[in-house]
This record gives sequence, C-alpha cells and structure tokens, in this order.
Amino acid sequence: MTLQQMEITADELRHLFTERAIEGETMILNMGPQHPSTHGVLRLMLELDGEVIVNCVPDIGFLHTGVEKNMEAKNYIKAEVMVDRLDYLNTMGNNLVYSMAVEKLVGIQDDIPERAQVIRTILVELQRIASHLVWLGTHALDLAAMSVFLYCFREREMILEIFELVSGQRMMTTYIRPGGLWRDVPEDFYDAVKRFIDYFPRRIQQYEDLLTENPLFKQRTVGIGVLKKEDAIRWGATGPVLRGSGIKYDIRKARPYLIYDALDFDIPVREEGDVYARYLVRMEEMRQSVKIVRQALEWLKKTEGQPVRTQNRKFVPPPKSELAHSMEAVIHHFKYWTEGFKAPKGAVYVAVESPRGELGVYLEGNGGPKPQRVHFRTPSFANLQLLPLLAKGHMVADLVAIIGSIDIVLGDVDR
Amino acid sequence: MEATYLELVVRDLRERFGVTEEVFRDEVSLYVKPEQIVEVCQVLRDEYNFDFLADLTAVDYWPQQEPRFHVVYQLYSYLHNVSLRLRVPVDGEEPEIPTVEGVYPNANWYEREVWDMFGIRFEGHSDLRRILMPFDWVGHPLRKDYPLGYEEPQFTFNFHDIERKKPRPRE
Repeated sequence: MTLQQMEITADELRHLFTERAIEGETMILNMGPQHPSTHGVLRLMLELDGEVIVNCVPDIGFLHTGVEKNMEAKNYIKAEVMVDRLDYLNTMGNNLVYSMAVEKLVGIQDDIPERAQVIRTILVELQRIASHLVWLGTHALDLAAMSVFLYCFREREMILEIFELVSGQRMMTTYIRPGGLWRDVPEDFYDAVKRFIDYFPRRIQQYEDLLTENPLFKQRTVGIGVLKKEDAIRWGATGPVLRGSGIKYDIRKARPYLIYDALDFDIPVREEGDVYARYLVRMEEMRQSVKIVRQALEWLKKTEGQPVRTQNRKFVPPPKSELAHSMEAVIHHFKYWTEGFKAPKGAVYVAVESPRGELGVYLEGNGGPKPQRVHFRTPSFANLQLLPLLAKGHMVADLVAIIGSIDIVLGDVDR
Repeated sequence: MEATYLELVVRDLRERFGVTEEVFRDEVSLYVKPEQIVEVCQVLRDEYNFDFLADLTAVDYWPQQEPRFHVVYQLYSYLHNVSLRLRVPVDGEEPEIPTVEGVYPNANWYEREVWDMFGIRFEGHSDLRRILMPFDWVGHPLRKDYPLGYEEPQFTFNFHDIERKKPRPRE
C-alpha cells in the first residue's frame, strides 16, 4: 500500500514518513494490533524498503480504559482495585506504589509496621520473577524457542499459587493496601515460598542452558536493537532497558524503599545495549530476586506475631472483633468504608522499580476523600517510545525481537 | 548533601528566573512561568545534571480559570540522586505552552498525552496528535468538566436533549 491509498489519515501522517513513501518507492505495512508478537494490542505503521525498516510509527491506545479518570471519581480506598488492572503482570508492584503514594500523601509513611514491609518486599520480588518469566517465555517463543515458554509458565504457576494463598486471587490481588496489608499471610506461606526459592535457581539454570549459548538465539539477539548509553539517558529509558545499556541505576539502590537498604543484592549491568544484553540483565535479576526473597523470608520469621497494618484507625479498618463492643470502632468502620479518609492539599510523586522500570505515581489530593489527580508514570509507555529509535535499519523479523526485549505490557502503556 | 545541592539549585533559579518554591512532604516544587519553561529545563539539564525527565503530566483545577491547569514536570538527576518538580500554571480553555521536546526528547509522547487528555497545546511540538484516544475523538477526557462516561438514560421526554450532547466522531 502506498501512503496515498491510506485515505483516512494520510495528511495527518505524512510528516512521519519519508518522501519516498509518498512517491510509492517504499511500502507502508501495518503490523498489529492483532499480531501475536506485539504482545497485546500494539499497532505499528512500518515504512519498509524491501525488508528493511525505514520508519516505525507506534500507534497505541487500543487498551485505553480511562483508569486515571475513573480513579478521580472514587475515594482512595476504592480506587485501588483499578491499579491492579494497569500492568497486569505486576499487580503487587502496582498496589505497592499506589499504597506508598497514598501513605505519603496522608503522612503515615513511617507508621507502616516492619512485618508489612517484609511481606511487601517478598511479594513484589516474587512478582518480579513472575513477570520476567512471562517476558522470557514470550520473548523466546517469538524467537521460535517453544519449550522455554512452557517451562516458564509452569514456574510462574507456583508464584500465582502463592498469591492465591495470601490474597485469594491469582492476578488481581489488591493485597497491599494503604496502611499495610489486607491481612497477615497464612501459616503455610513460609513453606510455599521456601519451596519455590529452593526449587527455582535450578530452573533459571535450565533456561540459560536452553538459550544463553544457543547459536540460533544468539544470532537473533546479539547486536540487534542497540541502544547507546547517551540515547538511553536522553530518551528516559528505565529498568532493564537502561541497565542493558551500561547505566547502573535501580531505584531499589538509588532511593531505597521498603527494606531494600538492609538487604544484600546486586544490580546486574551490561554494556552492550542490544537485545542479548537486556536478556542477560533480566536473567540475572531473577537470581537476585531469589536472593532478596531468601533474606526477607528469614526476616519474616523474626517478625512473627507483629501487626501488618498501621494502628491509625483513620486509615485502616478496625478488626472485626472490636465492632461488637466498641462504639469507636463502629464509627471508624462506617467512616472508612463510606466516605473514606481525607487527604490534604498537595502532591507527591512516588516511584518504585517495577520489573519493567520506573513505575511512578503522581498523586495530588485536594483536601477531600477523592484524589484531584492520579497519574501513572508507567515504564512500558516510556520505554516503548524508544522503539522507532531501536528499529530503524533492522529487518522486520528483528523488530519482533526488539519489541520482546523492551518488555511492554499494553495495559501499562495505554492505562 | 542532598538538601544542600537542591537548595543551591533552587536559590540560583530563584535569582535568574524568579521562580517560587513550595515544599510538601520533603518534595520540592518550583512554580515556573510558561514562557520560561524551556529555558529553565535547559539550565537544569546542562548546568545541574537533571538529565532524566521522569514524568510530565497536567492537573485540571476547573472551575477555577486562572490558572485552570498546572503542567507538572518531574525531573531527576542521576549524578546527584535528587528529584525536582516543576509546575507551570496555565490559564483558560485553550492554553498553550512551549514544548520541552528539544531538551528532553522523551517529552514527545508525554506532551501528546497531555494534549490528548487535557487539550493543552504544545507550541513547536513535532507531532502533536492524539495518542491514547481515537484520532477523531472530540473533547479531552481528563478535564474536570468532561463527563465520566456513564450515559444518562434516554427517554422520550429528553431524547433530543441527550442526543445532542452525545460524543460522536467527526464527519
């Protein structure tokens, strides 16, 4: 198809393509939104010279659900369930960053008990592993390594079962809440996590045996989609994309939250900046996450019997047992579940390291029980902007590898 | 160390641009005039190593008109590990503000999103199209005077009234 034949928006889109496209020398190819390797509903308009990509124009918004608008109409407690639906591979991380933002806005960020912090850390690190497993499975599948996909989903299942154990939900957990956690973890949580972290390192080795030195895999990834250090900074890349380009920046180290400053772990960095480097960074991150979970799990034992929620009843519901004999508790319960709590005028920005990069929340209160503005700085959105830069000059088949290596979740891009 | 560096930056910007400062929960926000935003960003990036534009968004304060919107820039410096927020108040129904795309290339999509959601135009932007909503959408959803999306039930007595207000694509 030439550009002239794309009647609807040809005028609006003309400046995105070269003169050659208008003359019909190069071809405009539409990729997606229903394409298996775009990992969701991502549409790309490609200008091709033969099979070489001259221009790549992402078209997003197919999964836009207006979460930010909806959250403005709900109080701080009820808005949280929508947060899960943003990045559906990182629900715990989304809950965490939203809860941290609300806590900071109302000023109770120092009241969160130690046990809640430890459990939060364990869960977000397990979530990081689960998210990386989906990434690895689909990325390898795109590059024609089918068996890795099946293995990854088998291991991910174990993590989802742990989430089901604590929250009753496999994916949309809403377990981490402003003020602490929904409830304490059940007794068999310790054993389930322990079983997983004892079993999992062998599995990472198995994936690596299948892929790391695999000549077919290396041919598809080494030297593809190179992101230079300067470009990574200029274009605001974060997460494994940034670290794959040789910049040692991880919010868990730079601005530690939860209990990360007391834990011992490394930030993997690679200098090459290609698809393969990003692959290696994520593989090592999974190992580091296991290391973090192992330390946090021992810590968890020491906090047995401690509360998992702040004692400030303005921000968490009172225990059910108190409702029968305390008028105070009934009032708190009623106020909490109907009006919610009020937050002062002011704005906070809180960011955590999600599996994909910097996940930030800009939360602004207006003195009432509903937020004035919630904005999610989502890593997928920011990193997807790099795609045209990375794709230019590569073949169409390489584009599939590049999209996989950025690791986007379309729910996160479109919000 | 962190506080002193940030104080230094704020003091210098106050002298050069007359910005005002606001601190809430230890986060520093600077109020910048719309016409100065590009220059302020340039100075922050080149002289003070704020090389990462983490976030760019806007807030609507409707029905207040002056300023109706704040455009919010969240900057971060890798070298000094400090964050700084810039707030640019803009007035009226169809506000315009210069783009910072020249300083931070990744502002491209953020500014498109703000245009899409709030209808704030960015002068000099290379590709100011809608990004999340369909290209023929009418209205800017995150404005406070934009209805939340539920539909009023349409009965015979108010049929035409509601028919007129329904959002629909351009011809």
